[in-house]
Amino acid sequence: MISALRIGLQRGILEIKQFNRAREAVVFTIAFPVILLFIFGSVFNDEIAPGVTFSQYFVAGMIASGLVNSGFQNLAITIPMERDTGALKRLRGTPMPPSAFFIGKGIQVLYSMSLQVILLLAFGALFFGLELPNEASRWIAFAWIIALGSISAAILGIAFSTVPKSGRAASAVVSPIVIVLQFFSGVFFVFSQLPGWMQQFAALFPLKWLTQGMRYVFLPDSFASQEVAGSYELGRIAIILILWTIVGTFLAVKTFAWSRK
Amino acid sequence: MPAGERVISIRNVRKSYGSEEVLHGIDLEIERGEIFALLGPNGAGKTTTVEILEGYRKRDGGEVSVLGVDPENATMQWRDSIGIVLQDSADFPDLTVREAISHFGHYYSRPRDTGHLIDAVGLGEKSDQKIRTLSGGQRRRLDVALSIIGSPQLLFLDEPTTGFDPKARRSFWELIRSLRDEGTTILLTTHYLDEAEALADRVGVIAAGRILEIAPPATLGGREKAMAKVSWRDHSGSLLQVETHSPTELVKRLIAEFDGEIPSLSVKRPTLEEIYLEMIGESNPDLLEEVSP
Repeated sequence: MISALRIGLQRGILEIKQFNRAREAVVFTIAFPVILLFIFGSVFNDEIAPGVTFSQYFVAGMIASGLVNSGFQNLAITIPMERDTGALKRLRGTPMPPSAFFIGKGIQVLYSMSLQVILLLAFGALFFGLELPNEASRWIAFAWIIALGSISAAILGIAFSTVPKSGRAASAVVSPIVIVLQFFSGVFFVFSQLPGWMQQFAALFPLKWLTQGMRYVFLPDSFASQEVAGSYELGRIAIILILWTIVGTFLAVKTFAWSRK
Repeated sequence: MPAGERVISIRNVRKSYGSEEVLHGIDLEIERGEIFALLGPNGAGKTTTVEILEGYRKRDGGEVSVLGVDPENATMQWRDSIGIVLQDSADFPDLTVREAISHFGHYYSRPRDTGHLIDAVGLGEKSDQKIRTLSGGQRRRLDVALSIIGSPQLLFLDEPTTGFDPKARRSFWELIRSLRDEGTTILLTTHYLDEAEALADRVGVIAAGRILEIAPPATLGGREKAMAKVSWRDHSGSLLQVETHSPTELVKRLIAEFDGEIPSLSVKRPTLEEIYLEMIGESNPDLLEEVSP
């Protein structure tokens, strides 16, 4: 147990080192959301409700997407690549405890997620009228949504890592799923204005609930009446994220593969 | 074979992929401290056998003991005592040689000193280079370094020198010999006969999922008793060749016959390659084409 933690920490350091050196990946996961924020924030700047602009709405959605990018998208793409290069098979042949591998991935997700969220918060606050909350209750909600969001996204990324047939195919399989979910879940459009079937489909997946949670954190209470349910539904957000975490853990344990075939 | 300590002992191991049986009952015993080479054409079952021993694959039948443990129940403690060099790897391109080796040291209970190990595998000048910049031979030396950082008792090498130039191959052999001299037991697969002859204490020939013979390279296939080929040119200049069990007698006769040098004299025993090709040719004529140059 102690050695799994010690080795997991070493894995985390190594994962961060590798992440920082793979420049395309850094640009893809860190800079891309910021670029999107500038595009959408600059083009759509209308008020969508009294005291709420679309860019504020969009920043909240992008922070939620950041959790999905750094957890789900990142792991569902990099793990198949590591399976192709033989890295996972090599690790499996060493006395490294498997749990240490996942601890290391968790540390790396935490790292890239923090970078992304801090950048989005900073740019959102500086340029797009994002107001940082001043009540403790909102910061507490921010903390648990981030925690549950990144854990469920990371575990689902690990579970999904056996789906792409190869490392090359991984980003072609994973990225469209994330982009479609972003469209359906109230990131690029105001969720309550989407067709009903789209809303119901999105409600099956975590991203919709993450965006809603982030709106609770960053938008005024008055905006709750604009939500489909007429409230931010914090309790339901927690339940859905916990359920996905349980399902993801079950799938990951059942299907994770250290080598092809 | 002296009765030493069995490091690997397998009996009647069977394995099928789908409906095709690829191992039809393999028996093998490897003693502590020896270099054992598993020879065979592509698709003969070398890698499947080795991966069963390494704990990567499950067998369908038979008994396997590696360092006293069934690899299907491999523990972290067991993995601490073995080293594995896989067939091809392209991992950790963005790390430096030193970073990768010192990181892998964290996994083992008795890690070697990173600096010494880097020098021992001949990567001293490359230690701070990114792994992606290494040549094929350097990359393989790194693979060996990563597999022996934990001072394993048993080392698996799956086709370690494929694609090497002759000089790189020879210096790689020196590295493997130095590990044997430290007491490491080594199981190597290869389809290079000169490699098996240079390194192995014993070789096992595997073809179409069966072990055909296990013997030291010098006596494989009755090589030491096989007829020698003696060839020379007669007084008219035409090449003669005779196969004989007593080449010394023949050469004596020739010395008497010729005054001074015997033109183009050569005495040849069959090479390991000739014996091997004959063996696997008999087991399955279709395979011969695959390994002929």
